[in-house]
Amino acid sequence: MKAFGVLLRRELALAWGRGGGPLLALTFYACVVVLLPMASGRAPERLAAIAPGIAWLALALAALLSLERLFERDYEDGTLELLALGPAPLEAVAIAKCLAQWLATGAPLALAAPVAALMLGAELKVMPLLVLCSLVGGLAFAFLGGMGAALALGSKRGGLLVAVIVLPLFAPPVIFGAGALDGYMSGLSWTGGLMLMLAYCAGAVALTPLAMGAACRNALD
Amino acid sequence: MDPRHPLDFLTNPERFMAFSRWAAPLLGGLSAIAGVLGLVLTFLVPEDYQQGDTVRMMFIHIPAASISLFIYVCLGIASFLALVFRQALADLAAQACAPIGAVYTVLALVTGALWGKPMWGAWWVWDARLTSVLVLLLFYLGYMALRGALDDEQKAARAAAILALVGLINLPIVKFSVEWWNTLHQGASTFGAKRGDGLPAIYAWPALLMGLAYLGAFGSLWLVRIRALIWRRKARSLAMKLAEGAR
Repeated sequence: MKAFGVLLRRELALAWGRGGGPLLALTFYACVVVLLPMASGRAPERLAAIAPGIAWLALALAALLSLERLFERDYEDGTLELLALGPAPLEAVAIAKCLAQWLATGAPLALAAPVAALMLGAELKVMPLLVLCSLVGGLAFAFLGGMGAALALGSKRGGLLVAVIVLPLFAPPVIFGAGALDGYMSGLSWTGGLMLMLAYCAGAVALTPLAMGAACRNALD
Repeated sequence: MDPRHPLDFLTNPERFMAFSRWAAPLLGGLSAIAGVLGLVLTFLVPEDYQQGDTVRMMFIHIPAASISLFIYVCLGIASFLALVFRQALADLAAQACAPIGAVYTVLALVTGALWGKPMWGAWWVWDARLTSVLVLLLFYLGYMALRGALDDEQKAARAAAILALVGLINLPIVKFSVEWWNTLHQGASTFGAKRGDGLPAIYAWPALLMGLAYLGAFGSLWLVRIRALIWRRKARSLAMKLAEGAR
């Protein structure tokens, strides 16, 4: 447990220290949100209809793009091998990495999501749910993305490969989150979507560390 | 008594080559016969009272869709055997079946679009089944991309196997989520359909024959591709030996 705390602190320090922490992901998020009205037209009623969904999808993309180097950095300079020899199992290392990633970029992005949705014209009453969905979904995105990053270790074309592996896995949480938001906006039941997303997130947090540990061990062989 | 495992012909490359040597053409031949009979029946069955002539699309569409899913299950099982039991042949089997599965999935999507245009008035709708088959295609493509991106063959094999297993767990969830999302595609009408909703016998025969034809074609192509991969490995190790000898 102590080792886990140390690892988590290390990962957080790395995430904040290099590239200004969440700033890069937030800027990317802002870029997507700015480009959207340019692409789809700025009619308020049209934007308002898709605002929460777009805020939600851009979040998934931003979460994904910042994940790409999660393991690669430690793999290239040999840190990962030392971590594998350390007291904490590689699964715990993976959990610490994903958790730190979520704290450093997922949570700030979730707090930025209402601002983006507001600018696109979403109603104010949907914001608490949007933050909640973004926090929970961000956790699932971080763990699934971390798995993609671990599987792609050692390949020469990291970013695109991770996206191709991971984006199909994002389908269920994206659907559940958007379903909850949509249901809430149109006054229908929305708890079902939220519950399903919580369940998916719990499953991802529980199971992907096993895959990440196996993938790291495979890359280190 | 033969001390060997009864399934030895699937794990021992020598015996696999001997087995697939006759099994591949046999499956291909059976598939061709079933396919010809199925196609003949396809054009002999009466028109549907609602769908008219386009009902004949069913016989080339449904088998492609169901077998594309079946191939993913094969991929998952082969990956499991390769990852857990370190079966070299199972790994080759997984590698060999992914592109075939992708092609079957594309076939299902294309025939579905061609059937959807006259029936629903649209090439593509974002309905539950269509979307989940599209995600299945993305799973195949992701598997192939990961496998191709890593230089070390053994590492690529294991990473891809992990991904295939993750996909196998995820596929039912994707299916469920997409169904929860929305549905327009008709429910199943072959197995487990409500009484009275099922396929009439006159349509069941061509559907069954075409299903067997697609299945046999998959089996035959799979064996042929595994054989090709074994030969490629043999050729490579021979080339290595030659290079060492020349030194």
